[in-house]
Amino acid sequence: MKSDRGDIELAGVCKSFDGATYVVDGVNLKIEDGAYCCFIGPSGCGKTTILRMIAGHDDPTAGEIVIGGQNVVGLAPVQRRTAMMFQSYALFPHLTVRENIAFALRVRGQSKSDRLRAADAMIEKVRLTQFADRLPAQLSGGQQQRVALARAAITEPRVLLLDEPLSALDEQLRVQMRQELRRMQQELGITFIHVTHTQLEAIALADLVVVMEQGKIKQAGPARDVYAHPHDRYVAEFMGGQNVLSGRVEKVNGASFTLAQAAPDGIEVPLRPRSAVSVGDKVDIAVRRDDVALVRPGRDLPPGCTTSLPSRVLAIEYQGYFVKVMLDTVPDDEFVAYVPEKTFFADPFAVGDVVMATWAAGSALPLA
Amino acid sequence: MQSSQTPPRANLAGWLYVAPLVLVLVPFFVAPILVVLAASFFATDGFGGLTPGFTLASYVEVLHSALTLKLYLATIKFTVLTWIFTLVIGFFVAYFLVFHVRNQLLAIGLFLLCTVPFWTSNIIRMISWIPLLGKEGLINQALLGMGVIRQPLEVLLFSDLAVVIAYVHQLTIFMIVPIFNSMARIDKKLIEAAIDAGASRFDIMRLVVVPMSRSGIALGTIFVVSIVMGDFFVVKVMSGGGSASVVSAFYEDVGVLQYPTAAASAVLLTLVLVAIVSLILRTVDIRQEITR
Repeated sequence: MKSDRGDIELAGVCKSFDGATYVVDGVNLKIEDGAYCCFIGPSGCGKTTILRMIAGHDDPTAGEIVIGGQNVVGLAPVQRRTAMMFQSYALFPHLTVRENIAFALRVRGQSKSDRLRAADAMIEKVRLTQFADRLPAQLSGGQQQRVALARAAITEPRVLLLDEPLSALDEQLRVQMRQELRRMQQELGITFIHVTHTQLEAIALADLVVVMEQGKIKQAGPARDVYAHPHDRYVAEFMGGQNVLSGRVEKVNGASFTLAQAAPDGIEVPLRPRSAVSVGDKVDIAVRRDDVALVRPGRDLPPGCTTSLPSRVLAIEYQGYFVKVMLDTVPDDEFVAYVPEKTFFADPFAVGDVVMATWAAGSALPLA
Repeated sequence: MQSSQTPPRANLAGWLYVAPLVLVLVPFFVAPILVVLAASFFATDGFGGLTPGFTLASYVEVLHSALTLKLYLATIKFTVLTWIFTLVIGFFVAYFLVFHVRNQLLAIGLFLLCTVPFWTSNIIRMISWIPLLGKEGLINQALLGMGVIRQPLEVLLFSDLAVVIAYVHQLTIFMIVPIFNSMARIDKKLIEAAIDAGASRFDIMRLVVVPMSRSGIALGTIFVVSIVMGDFFVVKVMSGGGSASVVSAFYEDVGVLQYPTAAASAVLLTLVLVAIVSLILRTVDIRQEITR
């Protein structure tokens, strides 16, 4: 049964190239039709392999890949109605922009006039009309990227797969092309699956962020969930923006527990619903870097803050709208406060100053 | 002195870079060609003696001879047949090595295997066809034994067929190497992108691999065409003297001391080859493709 829906379900998908180590190890995931999904993880975590298996360029060792209600394992990319945009684009160097974009229609046997008309319409959509007769080598990186996108989109796939589509571009262009990707996705109304190792890219674009490590999904959810409520230390550290601290539970008091620390009173952490900790457990917690306030010793803590950890300023980086202050609050882990620019410069610290790092009691997050 | 001028030191370095090649090419290539060119305009006493001067008599003789046209046609026939077979075989061998042999080491091993015929001399390679193609050879014996034929096939050896077989045997490697080289530089992702677009194997070959191997095909063609057109030995041995080529004619001329006509034929052949090679180069910008 043919379906136009581009919803994807991965069920127990595994992939091993050598029969011993699993690059993708039992991945289960549902991606809704028309969603923008980002796979994110360090290189070698299996994210590209998952993409290639959905595209039909690699076969899973085990498990099912269902697109639009149909198991597509073993089918060719054309039968899956997926299209892939390759890292570094893989444009045909001997064909012009127009011929590159019309390539898929050509091998589908469309007449020359039909396919060139369709290609020209697509070229207009990606705003390359004046470059239609150029060869890929004569285009800038951003233009090549748009050609690659147009070439993939011309077959009206139900799923578009993008393998690190922005990694070949410089910073400014990346932000610009990011918006263009999102615009194209909304215009086409199809499922996009985007592989990246840049956290900013993932949370800026995705409806669904999938964080991976060593072939397994660590956390999958809306961008804000993954960024603001990481499940575990790995996700918190990988997505960034969080300080991760660990310690033993000193006491459990109703809806919160206290983490033993060098600070006299320990750190008070609210309990997650339906989770239990007992005294003596080793627990990781996360505190957002922009939730941390810095107060000079002896001054009053801001309202609502109970924890305060004495720290020394190790380094200061000016970042524009905020100032990144690195502290030695916890012995083994990095501890950073993002202080709004205006607050910081109202009473600037210097490297070596002793400050109290503090945050509102409710903002510490226990990790699994 | 203007600052945009090349400093003399850099100029000297440039000359030093090209010096070795110039030292080889001038005495061993440019000078002999000039000698042949000069000889083609000299008159002869018919016994090997040359009279310096300027006459077009040798060219008139060569161009008026019906034999010249016949020899050119025969040589072009051998060239075209050899080119077609070496191209088809060379292309597919290279294609197999590049796209179907996953193991790099195995590919290099198989590639070296293609050069095995060159571990022995040209003459031995040709002679070794005799036990295979000869009247009492393996093929005739086998066909006779199976009862397919009653008389041994004479056409197998000392014939145009044998000439083409020997050429293909010798020259296929000259196609494989440049085509392999240009194919190896095709990004495998392009093949995947073509599959993703729905291209069949044939489409991939037609629309991606062949156009991107053009420079290799052109280079291989230049090697094969210039070697076949400049050869007389294989024709002589493998046809058993039954066929001749352009070069074998002026080899004969040299044998009977007709130096000016031999030189005129040689100049003519050089011009024809230069024309063919420049036509091939016109279809492919080899310099650009090689430095890509």
